[in-house]
Amino acid sequence: MNTAILIATVLICLLSLAALLIWLERRLLGIWQDRLGPNRVGFLGLGQVVADMIKIFTKEDWIPPFADKGIFILAPTIVVIAMLMAFAVVPFAPDTSISNLNIGLLFFLAMSSLAAYSVMLGGYASNNKYALLGSLRAAAQTVSYEVFMGLSLMGVVLLTGSFNMSDIVLAQKEHGWFVFSQFVGFIVFLVAGIAESHRLPFDLPEAEHEIVAGFHTEYSGMKFGLFFIGEYLGVALISAVITTLFFGGWLGPEFMPPLFWFCLKTFIFICFFVLLRAAVPRPRYDQLMMFGWKVMLPISLLNLLITAALTLARAS
Amino acid sequence: MTGDSENLAALVIYFLVVLGLVALILLISHFLGHRRQDAKDYHPALNEPFESGVVSVGDARLRFSAPFFLVAIFFVIFDLEVVFLFAWVIGFEESGMPGFIEALVFILILLAGLAYLWKLGALDWGQNPKRRLGRVAMLAAEKAASAPTRDENTPETL
Repeated sequence: MNTAILIATVLICLLSLAALLIWLERRLLGIWQDRLGPNRVGFLGLGQVVADMIKIFTKEDWIPPFADKGIFILAPTIVVIAMLMAFAVVPFAPDTSISNLNIGLLFFLAMSSLAAYSVMLGGYASNNKYALLGSLRAAAQTVSYEVFMGLSLMGVVLLTGSFNMSDIVLAQKEHGWFVFSQFVGFIVFLVAGIAESHRLPFDLPEAEHEIVAGFHTEYSGMKFGLFFIGEYLGVALISAVITTLFFGGWLGPEFMPPLFWFCLKTFIFICFFVLLRAAVPRPRYDQLMMFGWKVMLPISLLNLLITAALTLARAS
Repeated sequence: MTGDSENLAALVIYFLVVLGLVALILLISHFLGHRRQDAKDYHPALNEPFESGVVSVGDARLRFSAPFFLVAIFFVIFDLEVVFLFAWVIGFEESGMPGFIEALVFILILLAGLAYLWKLGALDWGQNPKRRLGRVAMLAAEKAASAPTRDENTPETL
């Protein structure tokens, strides 16, 4: 029964969060670009979320006749399901996660890499040249950045001795936030996380000045909406995982409940993601790929080695 | 929420709920979405793939650039090796110094492999500068070989 309530709460919160993030991003971008953003519908423009939702639900459920019908429908659902599933192992507060798996971190990595299928299949099923280019780019980019996304987290696992997310948070109680002892790991994970969720500055799969809208060129209506929800869930997921692994999760001063600290830290990272979009230009695609293989991969391997050596030296 | 079976059960229930939710979203939009039966008469381009207004030629089942395959193969190689590292990291305290030395050798081999790929130019995206240089040299040699014959046929004064 407890689990049922938790599942319902998490799902309602996540879906409304994803919708709210669209408004938040437009408002914050507006502020940083010296304009207003959507502020007409309801209080502070919050009604815009509801209006957009009604609009997108009543759009035509359009499947292009040249598309591969089954895969075309399947593709956008994969990213939403994978992102929602990954939230199952995130501990929101002490003893409050949907599934306290002892391989939680591996489960998160598996789910976040499943999202690559969504983009790949979506682009292929569209039978559109721009979509094909976008999906190929996305697949190569996700696959490259995934290698060291896992590696960058291994320093944290090494210091904790567990893949369990709650254990990792509890270990930070005595050890201090891992962002201090694993700073390189944090930076590498942040970059990999941005690339995995195709956010600016690494949104080359949907770079509109080159390939229209990339893998979702042919998508419209709610199926496009699912891609969109998936992207914002991805941002929220990466922020939540960074909070859990590197910034002490729910830990914080006593005067506020643990859930408050978790939400506050996650919110700060979401805002950081939006700020990145406003502040950093896109790299070229070859630069992006070379940066991944030639800079980030060696750094994350060396980081793991040095962490292991220091831990051994301290133990002996 | 401590037992493994309970955790797994919660995960399965959650998965089913998520699946149902996504299906529901698609169904709602399918029934709410408005339909245009006669759209083809008004918008003849509606059934064409979008290519920025250019009429589409052929379909998109094209051969694509080979570096994408290379990246996929590198991924398989490196990600498999990362999986071995996962196993070492979780048993780090138990394996101690011998484990560290073995992992060190393993990671150094990995880095050597990466350096080899780097030197080969496999990590360079787009046109390979080495290959381009080779092509320029080849063209120059070709020109040098054909130059005397052309000189005989072309008049001296122009």
